[in-house]
Amino acid sequence: MNPAFAIPAFGPALPEIILAVGVLVLVLFGAFRGERSGEGMNITALALLTVAFVAVLMLPSERVETMAGSFVVDGFAKIMKALTLLGSAGGIILSMDYMRREGIYRFEYPILIVLSTIGMLMVISANDLIALYLGLELLSLSSYVIAAFDRDNLRSTEAGLKYFVLGALSSGMLLYGASLVYGFTGSVSFPVIASTLQGNVGSGVIFGLVFVSAGIAFKISAVPFHMWTPDVYEGSPTPVTAFFAAAPKMAGMAMATRVFIDAFPGITGQWQQIIVFISIASMALGSFAAIGQRNIKRLMAYSSIGNVGYALIGLAAGTPEGIQGVVIYMAIYLAMTLGSFAVILGMRRGRVMFDTIDDLSGLARTHPALAFCLAMMMFSLAGIPPLAGFFAKFYVFAAAIQANLVTLAVIGVVTSVIGAFYYLRIVKVMYFDAPGEKFERMSPGVSFVLAVSSAVVLLFWLAPAPFVNAAGAAARSLF
Amino acid sequence: MTVTAAFFYLFATITVASGFMVIASRNPVQAVLFLILAFVNAAGLFLMMGAEFLAMILVIVYVGAVAVLFLFVVMMLDVDFAELRQGFLQYLPVGGLIGAVFLLELILVIGAYVVDPGLVRSPAVAIPSPQVMTNTEALGQVLYTRYFYFFQAAGLILLVAMIGAIVLTLRERVGVRRQDISKQNARTQETAVEVRKVPFRQGV
Repeated sequence: MNPAFAIPAFGPALPEIILAVGVLVLVLFGAFRGERSGEGMNITALALLTVAFVAVLMLPSERVETMAGSFVVDGFAKIMKALTLLGSAGGIILSMDYMRREGIYRFEYPILIVLSTIGMLMVISANDLIALYLGLELLSLSSYVIAAFDRDNLRSTEAGLKYFVLGALSSGMLLYGASLVYGFTGSVSFPVIASTLQGNVGSGVIFGLVFVSAGIAFKISAVPFHMWTPDVYEGSPTPVTAFFAAAPKMAGMAMATRVFIDAFPGITGQWQQIIVFISIASMALGSFAAIGQRNIKRLMAYSSIGNVGYALIGLAAGTPEGIQGVVIYMAIYLAMTLGSFAVILGMRRGRVMFDTIDDLSGLARTHPALAFCLAMMMFSLAGIPPLAGFFAKFYVFAAAIQANLVTLAVIGVVTSVIGAFYYLRIVKVMYFDAPGEKFERMSPGVSFVLAVSSAVVLLFWLAPAPFVNAAGAAARSLF
Repeated sequence: MTVTAAFFYLFATITVASGFMVIASRNPVQAVLFLILAFVNAAGLFLMMGAEFLAMILVIVYVGAVAVLFLFVVMMLDVDFAELRQGFLQYLPVGGLIGAVFLLELILVIGAYVVDPGLVRSPAVAIPSPQVMTNTEALGQVLYTRYFYFFQAAGLILLVAMIGAIVLTLRERVGVRRQDISKQNARTQETAVEVRKVPFRQGV
């Protein structure tokens, strides 16, 4: 009666297992020590992420499936997981000083970050629709809670509630789409869906595909589903915003790539239209809507919407070169985002955090180094060579032109010129306006993040080859 | 066969009717009670389809826990449902439009089944027939083996839900007098009772 069952190989899932066991120990430790657990929790969580990072680097580069085919590891998963772990570690480091000074430190914060990281890693490795959904829910539920982490602050709770309600709606759409896809292909597994959908397919699957895309677009805040982004980014505590802009974006783009390339390669023409539309809309909104913003966190929200649009150009190409572009873009976007938020976290005098662009005025005279770093971030986001952001845009545009999506590439260039306006305005405010009072010294963690990301942005052009080759190998592992 | 049909129509009619009453009844407590009735009848429908595990889970989880909890919430909190419903007419056009779109899609999907049955493939792993294996047993065979990864992932999600609820709502109250049983038991006659000599006509 009992069917023979082989215990799955746990090796490929080692990073997730390390994080899951570690987070359970952390929960117990925190529950016994309570608020006395102090910085130890953050340090332990960082150590966990580091161990998981090493485990990710030791994963095999060829494609391995495990857990009855629900979990897949390949070169692409490896590199995206490594980026995600870096983003999460950045989220914890940036929060360490801030949470304590704002008086909202609770030991659950690093725990929730690690739990959401597990969700991201699961999403990146998902090889069927159920694993995708479960990973996504783990990631989103933790995010809703940390958005509302400053629970006595009206803005933060509003951000959490808004994120939760809209996120639940998008999960519902994703599930609806997934059930349609399952109904018309008879399987939830990506390889089986891919082999079933060849040539001419019925409208039912396309319906399912549209709904799945809607759910995914929400998670990466691409345009028709971006409405939550500015409010959530503005309302959440700043380190949480930095985390949202960094790590989940990596997982979201990896998820989009995995779903479209792995599960629907037979109907590329169908989803390419969707991605092209989303990409153009995101780039346009990201560059136009950001112009009127005074609040720098809202500005970063629109900037991240625009950046997702550029990264999607690579996905729309649907070629190994395009995916290589996506990987490079997301890696450089990670460095630029963490660096910019490190500067935003440095805008503090006493108990007050400043978050409007005018507060930056004359920063070049009061804090020359800080102003220089932020200026480099802004030049890089605008895509000015030889900074890293130029290479990011170069690879996705080149891939789009190779894939005959010249119009898309041209629109991308035009919107990035428009977007340069608001990035350069920040530089102008910092260098040419009358200086205000000095800000306080940055905490060591924030300076560390700023130093590392500035180094990446400034010096990427010296040796782009190793990373570009790694991204290329990762992209080819998908095809 | 006629008995089966009769039971099906009985359960189905009551489910639909009580589902309607959930949104129609003015009293929120009655609405929740109708919801419970709908659940129980849906469980009956599941039972007739041979899905006895789902039927029992529906009764235990939805009726036993969720709906009763909801009933408590409705009774404890003084939610003004009449006010909640005021926007109903205002949102009706938009809601109706979305409903119509979904209905259209549903028809399209069902239509696709009729037009092109070749699209609908049988599931990869066939469900064993009820004569060979009850479906509780069938679920048990795969839940901790084939789907063990999903089971663990669901466990982590529930853990997040618990941590989230605690993070967002638990507050340390100051100045609360708590009962400390060991402290009470440690009281002796010397610490608890004081004998005073009370002067006549003066009091303590």
